[in-house]
Formats: sequence, structure tokens, C-alpha cells
Amino acid sequence: MISVAFDSGGAAAAKPWIDLAKPTHPSLIDVEHRVAELYEMVNVPMAVWIDEAGRIVRPAEPSGASDGFRQMDRKTFALANEIMAEYGRRAQVYKDALRDWVRRGAASEHVFSAGDVASRTHGPSEADARAHACFALGRYLAQSGRSDEAQVCFAEAVRLAPENWSIRRQALWFESPEAPGGPKFWSAVDALGEQSYYRPVRMRGLDER
Amino acid sequence: MVTILCSNGTASLASASSDASGLWIPVAELAQLGWELRPEGACRGDVCVPIPKARERDFVRDDTKAGRLFNLTELAALRRQPVARSERGDVFAIGEASDDRARLLRGGEAPDFALPDLAGRIHRLSEHRGKKVFLVSWASW
Repeated sequence: MISVAFDSGGAAAAKPWIDLAKPTHPSLIDVEHRVAELYEMVNVPMAVWIDEAGRIVRPAEPSGASDGFRQMDRKTFALANEIMAEYGRRAQVYKDALRDWVRRGAASEHVFSAGDVASRTHGPSEADARAHACFALGRYLAQSGRSDEAQVCFAEAVRLAPENWSIRRQALWFESPEAPGGPKFWSAVDALGEQSYYRPVRMRGLDER
Repeated sequence: MVTILCSNGTASLASASSDASGLWIPVAELAQLGWELRPEGACRGDVCVPIPKARERDFVRDDTKAGRLFNLTELAALRRQPVARSERGDVFAIGEASDDRARLLRGGEAPDFALPDLAGRIHRLSEHRGKKVFLVSWASW
């Protein structure tokens, strides 16, 4: 297991969480969102399964997370019991699938064929690549004290890749590091309407029968 | 002074300049970005990108003070790389061509990366070859 923090704030931002979790696996910090770009992880948490030969057997997908958080009480962060229960169930299904792959390798039903990996890999599109260039420029400008110019770049990145929540939320962090999950985040989530925040997970028991 | 951000790092070049036609780098300083201008084109190691003969003036020009200049953003456009520039034209981010990356990713090979842990120790994905890897993202925000 390798965990990667998409945190432009670097070790300072990620350390309190890592200290609490005390991971025994490599726990890495990705200030540039390089892994996000390489693997099309447009959100957190997302995961990729890589086999012993360095082949992707499940491309980037939300790892057990789901849109239930959208029902959260935005003051107390409380979630209704049935939503909490569904969260727990999804996490369990995903972890069981992961264990099955660890035990059975290529024989696991959760391992995709090379063709399925190819067809389930979205892009990146030209717009995605341009969004990452704008994000890189914005990050550099923000860290050089040019916040207003940085926000112009971030806005362009969001316009180019509206589904990329890692870029959106990191931009909100640059804007207000003390409250990146504030009203602006929630209004962006609400603007999704019927659209999902987390992409569906193609796994039996989750978003596929 | 122009700062250039690309996948292999950040370079600040004192004698680079930008205008509406692009980002002009003294040929002698291209090496700082891993490029070299040869008769066969703009080269990085053994790989050369031929400069279209009919458009040579878009790529190379002679300046009385700075000497021979090369247009880096024109090269990026030729290689279909995305470019983002600051309003002042003093910072450029040059990304990777999306079709190259999409082809690699759809091919199913996990791209390698190197990132630090909290202690600053660098870890590479390729160090884990021979083991299954569950690569998972999170963030503090």
C-alpha cells in the first residue's frame, strides 16, 4: 500500500493527519498533484490497483467513497444513521474485493482484462492536460505571493476540467487555507444537481450488479 | 527573467524573454531545459524534433544583444504540449501532450513517480515491482 497526499501545502499540511494515522506503509506527499495527473485521480480518495509486473489492473476509481456526504449537516458534520451504515457497507465491499485480489491475484473477479483497463481509462483529454498546466502555473504564482493572478489560473483550470475536484479543492485551499471546505465548496457540490461527485465504482455490490 | 515550469523541474532564465510570438530562449541556455539545437532539429538526448523548414522563422531568430534565440512555446505547440502563461508573461507552465499520456495509460503500464515522505525520503513506485501495489490518494483539505 502506498498513500499519496495531494497537498500543495506540503508536509506542514499533511503531517497532523499522518501523525494521527501512524501508517506503516509509505505515506507520500505530492505538492504538484503529479500522481493525480499521471493516474487521472480527479478526487480523493481514489485508488489504482497495480500488479506485480507493474500493470494497472483497476484504473483510478473512488475507493469505497460515495456521494452520501452530500446529505451531511453542514454545521455539525453529522450524517443520518442509514447513510453512515451505507458508507460502512461500501467500504467493506471495497476492502473485501481488495483482499480477494491480494489472495487470488489475476484469478480475482475484480481484476480487469487489459481491454477493460483501456476502455475504463478516460483520457486524459487535451482539456485535462491544459487544466494541469494552468494548475501548475497557479500553484507557482500562489506560492510566489501573487494570489490574485493565481486565482485567475485556477479558475481557468476548473473551467477546463470541471470534474477535477482535487484541483478545485486545492484552489479553495490556496484561497482560504483555514476553511477550504467552506460555503464555496458546498455551493460547487450543490451546483452538481443530479450529477455525481464521486464517479461510480464498477464493482459488484457497489455501482455494478 | 522568465520562469519555466515543466515536468522535470523549474528553471529561471535571466536572458529569456516573451512576446506575443512566444517564449524566446538564447540557444546557449536551452541545455538548462534539457534541449539542444542541432541541424536535425530540437533534440533531447537521442530524440530530435525536426523544425518545419517553411516555418523556421517562427522558431529561430537572431537578436543583436542576446544572440540566436529559440521559441520554446512554438516547440511545445509542435509537440502538442499545453502551455499556460502568466499575464505578465514572466512565468510559463509547459505540460505533457495528452494523447501521448492517454496512449500510455490505456496501454495499462503504471507510470513511475518519485515522491517524498514526511522525512523527505524519496520513494519510487518502481521500487515495489514484484509486489502488488494499492495506490490510494487522500488530502488534508
